Amino acid sequence: MGAGHGHVLYRESDSPVHRLPPEVKIVAMVVFTLAVVATPREAFWAFGAYAVLVAAVAALARVGPRWLLSRALIELPFVLFAVALPFLGSGDRVEVLGLRLSEDGLHGAWNILAKGTLGVLASLLLAATTTTRDLIVGLDRLHCPQVLTQIATFMLRYLDVLVGEARRMRVARISRGDDPRFLWQLRGFAAGIGALFLRAFERGERVYLAMLSRGYTGRMPAVWQGEGAASAGQWLVAATVPVLAASIAATAVVLS
Amino acid sequence: MIGVVQTAVSLDVRGVRYAYPDGHVALQGVDLNVPRGDRVALLGPNGAGKTTLVLHLNGILTPTEGSVSVGGLTVTPDRAVLAEVRRRVGIVFQDPDDQLFLPTVAEDVAFGPANLGLRGAELAARVDEALAAVGMSEHRDRAPQHLSFGQRRRVAVATVLAMHPEILVLDEPSSNLDPAARRELAEILRGLPVTLLMVTHDLPYAAELCERSVILDNGRIVADAPTNTLLNDAPLLARHRLELPYGFTPQP
Repeated sequence: MGAGHGHVLYRESDSPVHRLPPEVKIVAMVVFTLAVVATPREAFWAFGAYAVLVAAVAALARVGPRWLLSRALIELPFVLFAVALPFLGSGDRVEVLGLRLSEDGLHGAWNILAKGTLGVLASLLLAATTTTRDLIVGLDRLHCPQVLTQIATFMLRYLDVLVGEARRMRVARISRGDDPRFLWQLRGFAAGIGALFLRAFERGERVYLAMLSRGYTGRMPAVWQGEGAASAGQWLVAATVPVLAASIAATAVVLS
Repeated sequence: MIGVVQTAVSLDVRGVRYAYPDGHVALQGVDLNVPRGDRVALLGPNGAGKTTLVLHLNGILTPTEGSVSVGGLTVTPDRAVLAEVRRRVGIVFQDPDDQLFLPTVAEDVAFGPANLGLRGAELAARVDEALAAVGMSEHRDRAPQHLSFGQRRRVAVATVLAMHPEILVLDEPSSNLDPAARRELAEILRGLPVTLLMVTHDLPYAAELCERSVILDNGRIVADAPTNTLLNDAPLLARHRLELPYGFTPQP
């Protein structure tokens, strides 16, 4: 084993943003995103200001633009729809580069693209500066329903185990001459998925038995939740970004 | 200190019968008595009912007939009784990945005592003590999946030691361990001041750690004697699908 040392999203560093407790960063990210979403789409200047905010936090967290932008590509499949809007939209048409496009559609596309990108960048900054473990701790401190945080905790713990199992099953299959190149040769793979599901299910049962044996009664004991929780000062420091974002959004709403 | 003095008998199993819902009878009247401080090996081939018996010891399965008592407390389906029984019986399951389910070693070791209601400094002390007992103190903040298999098994032992059990029940403790990890675990287990019931078909390991062994086969205890006596009885072992490894001669 030994998998799971590498992080796709987390960037190890000791920046001021990294040192903030997870719960304040989560709240800041959510408020920022809400402010972005609430901004009227015609207020172009506001989106520029948001971009500056994101860039400032990224610089403070020592996260490079290349790192951020390459990971932001994940939003591509979701904004593809936006590309189609200017062609499909109704209403007034405008001439852009020789194409007659719907003005409403252009606005709609811009709306999705700008808000989506800003939201993805904010989430990426949160992920880059907070370990998955801390994210769950933060959600727990924010009184997120325990069922959800528990599921996330289990996922965090058992993802490697499952991936390891899947890898061993694949090696065993390939070792016996399975070489699926075409769709109709996927039988072995599909059966493997089924077997993996069964194994995961059985493991879940064994884990539950082991938990019961240690006195589990259906609620996770709150152990060290209080430790290291955010201080008032840290809340204030982290509040700068969402407060700025909210003021920008409010100004944009008033002006429009 | 790990291990609490209550009565002279840690485990008393009387006439336990158990039939699975599908009608398969897994245990047909098991009697087993383990005095405090003893180390007993529970031997038997696969499918003999060893794991079923283990799940009776802390009330996860309820016997169709018969009774189990731990340190004088009889297991009943009552919630308070079950909670106390699960504190007294520390089961270390075969696959440490089943037992260690939290993101860090320390959190996992704290899970049991926290369920008992311990908090703060007292809880931290339990965790430190249990990890020290298995020599894993320096790994307290690591993720279980980043530990070696032997280390994970030792942490699994710590997770139940932290509950100060009356009896430690280990399911196949030597399985999947390399020789060095196997020896290290034996040294740790020998040094623990608790009653020990070790479920295994690793006969040399039983001989190394336990003076007394019982053989469970087909849902019945078929032999109960000093381990060396049992291991020297080749026909008995053969009857119950137990075999000594090649080249191993038990002490007479």
